[in-house]
Amino acid sequence: MSAPRTGIGQAMVLPPYAEWLGCSIEWVDGLPHLIMPFGEHVMGWPGLLQGGAIAGLLEVAGIAALTHRLSNEGTTRIKPVTVTTDYLRTGRDHPTRAVGTILRLGQRTANVEVTAWQEDREKPIATARLNYRILRG
Amino acid sequence: MGFDMERFVAMGGLGGGHGQHLGIAYRAHGEDWAELALPYDARLIGDPTSGVIASGPIVAMMDMATSVAVWLKRGAFEPHVTLDLRVDYLRPAVPERTVIGRGECYRLTRSIAFVRGIAHDGDPDDPVAHVAGTFIGMTA
Repeated sequence: MSAPRTGIGQAMVLPPYAEWLGCSIEWVDGLPHLIMPFGEHVMGWPGLLQGGAIAGLLEVAGIAALTHRLSNEGTTRIKPVTVTTDYLRTGRDHPTRAVGTILRLGQRTANVEVTAWQEDREKPIATARLNYRILRG
Repeated sequence: MGFDMERFVAMGGLGGGHGQHLGIAYRAHGEDWAELALPYDARLIGDPTSGVIASGPIVAMMDMATSVAVWLKRGAFEPHVTLDLRVDYLRPAVPERTVIGRGECYRLTRSIAFVRGIAHDGDPDDPVAHVAGTFIGMTA
């Protein structure tokens, strides 16, 4: 089930870069799914998504997943340390969706896996493993 | 003959929409490396509290710089796709500074290209990011 589409989720403000990508949030089962429309600003080869735009979306989705999980913890800062992106399929001229799964959230670090897909969630176009430094208080 | 970098840039090879919208520009190249520049732009901020730009645009630039490095080393343009790309964020880029990305192709097989690179904001000895990745040719 899907909650009403909100450009910016409750207690979640997307950074300017996410807006530049054209991302919006759709809440699905209580998790923030990022949706990025296709457009010339994210195009590489004619009609295809640029790999950097895919990586950008994956990173925004990773931050969104962590921001959501940490939303009742007061002041926290999330800093990406390493990001490894695997490109699985060609991104085409369709909207792209991405959602992050938190594999582990510790005191100092967080490990997140993000998957991006277009028309079929069972056929992801890219995945990323993102390791973060978490700064609390 | 080889890969004609000037012609590639003149034809808008770095543009392709995303790069153009990000303002990515050519800086320099050699036999197996290329250097691009990403000007600071407030619309690309990833952390509003600090004004630091998001990592996505830097990844896009490094993807392009390393791609071009492959074509330079191969001596020809051959379409390829990114297999994987790992980015280590060494420190935040300083707000207002242009970020420079230098990509290098250090090993080329018939179908796979191994690349690495750094991004810095003025001092190559104090990089903001390190990348390592692979591309696979679409024709081989």
